[in-house]
Amino acid sequence: MDSKLIINLVYVISSFLFIVGLKNLSSPATARKGNLISSLGMFIAVVATLFLNEIISFKFILGAVIAGTIVGISMARLIAMTSMPEMVALLNGFGGLSSLLVGVGAYYQNTSSPSLFFSIVVVFSIVIGAITLTGSILAWAKLNGTVKKPLQYMGQQFFNAGILFAIIYFSYTFSVNYDINSLFFVIGLSLLIGIFAVAPIGGADMPVVISLLNSYSGLAACAAGFVIQNNLLIVAGALVGASGIILTQIMCKAMNRKLSNVLFSGFSSAGGKEEEIKGEVSPISVDDTYLILEAAKNVCIVPGYGMAVAQAQHAVRELSELLEENGCEVNFAIHPVAGRMPGHMNVLLAEANVPYEILKEMDDVNPIMENIDVCIVIGANDVVNPAARESETSPIYGMPVINVDQANTVLVLKRGMASGFAGIQNPLFFKPNTRMLFGDAKSSIQELVAEFK
Amino acid sequence: MDSSLAVSLTFILLLSIFLGVELISKVPSTLHTPLMSGSNAISGITLLGAMSLAGNSDDPTIVVVLGSLAVFFATLNVVGGYFVTDRMLEMFKKKDNQ
Repeated sequence: MDSKLIINLVYVISSFLFIVGLKNLSSPATARKGNLISSLGMFIAVVATLFLNEIISFKFILGAVIAGTIVGISMARLIAMTSMPEMVALLNGFGGLSSLLVGVGAYYQNTSSPSLFFSIVVVFSIVIGAITLTGSILAWAKLNGTVKKPLQYMGQQFFNAGILFAIIYFSYTFSVNYDINSLFFVIGLSLLIGIFAVAPIGGADMPVVISLLNSYSGLAACAAGFVIQNNLLIVAGALVGASGIILTQIMCKAMNRKLSNVLFSGFSSAGGKEEEIKGEVSPISVDDTYLILEAAKNVCIVPGYGMAVAQAQHAVRELSELLEENGCEVNFAIHPVAGRMPGHMNVLLAEANVPYEILKEMDDVNPIMENIDVCIVIGANDVVNPAARESETSPIYGMPVINVDQANTVLVLKRGMASGFAGIQNPLFFKPNTRMLFGDAKSSIQELVAEFK
Repeated sequence: MDSSLAVSLTFILLLSIFLGVELISKVPSTLHTPLMSGSNAISGITLLGAMSLAGNSDDPTIVVVLGSLAVFFATLNVVGGYFVTDRMLEMFKKKDNQ
């Protein structure tokens, strides 16, 4: 048997391991094992590739692998759990960059009249890689607060469409002529469109963007697989691409918006005048909050991005344990788009040692909301806004929300009366059964914990 | 590349997308963040392509340079992705092992 055949057989095993690994992600109990299986698949694929006949010198590979490993492990170790969305954005960007580099490298490797198919996949891999790279870097900058405001201006969509057409044009000339000038235009314009495409998207829509970029990084790997004619890259890339697309769909559905609407227009343009909100805000003191919670038999905690900002997850866990000791049933209700990426809240609560069984999905909690004594809303706003249900003129009308207002009492922990990321007034704060506990979420909860002790 | 190879690669792509959709829709929302970082690590599979560029010293220098850079970033993606996913998944605990 020649080495090429053996290598390809190893690739088959490796795709199998990726698939088994993903399958194990269907339950938190087996997920960690799944990740190990998947990494084993990657490891054997890399080792087998070293035996390819084309690979004659190992020094550059080895150097780059060692450097990448050191930086990768330190990043993974040092990153705070609250910064996980930034980390994922950055890793997406690196994936995009490496497809971009592989595409350009493959061009220089095959300078003599390659097939049309080859030049098409090369340019595809470069375009997707470049968009993923700059899009992810801007997403990263937005997530860590370096870039704050979404950038929107007149004619933005026409401008972006113009760039997109230019990319298609130069991709075409490159595929036909295989010339370096077209290639440079393609690279430059693709890097630009990555930035311009993410620029108008606001903070609350970030979960969609990250999922979409995740999907792009998979497509980029797929394209690179066509470039080097490697099945394993295609299988792995398709799995990742599918995962990103599904997450994107889930996020869009949870916001009741179409993907095109998220990508091409901000919340502000979602239309409609808002109704005047009638009623009064009722603030509450920590002492009174304690009395309410002390008497509660059934508490549901609804966390949002504000919990991540206040780093309140550990204090929240302590409070939930004290409530349980007090004979109260505690659950967490998590909206799919709470936080800055899919599953963001779950990871933070897991970090704080909250068992995953009591983390409930929105659809499981809403039907039993009326039986809940106290709902504690921590740093969430738009995802608990009853206007999405009641007010047809609200910009978020129709978005599925956690119906906290149907609980007997709602406690809202909030800094002040500022509106959410979408800039929409929240009638929840004016409901007769709502009490507002103003102040930093973390210190408020710590004070409550102290009262319980 | 001959057209029959192109067709069979596309065939594999199509089947893999369907398989991916089936697999991923079974992942609970609790695990969506680790799913993203874990699948992200898998997308670092471009490492294989990068290696075959970096390891061929017969190629022009620019190919080796681009390849080595690609190896670096793909490794970063793979190693960082798997490690951070493992770190997250380690934290997901059941009630009784607290």
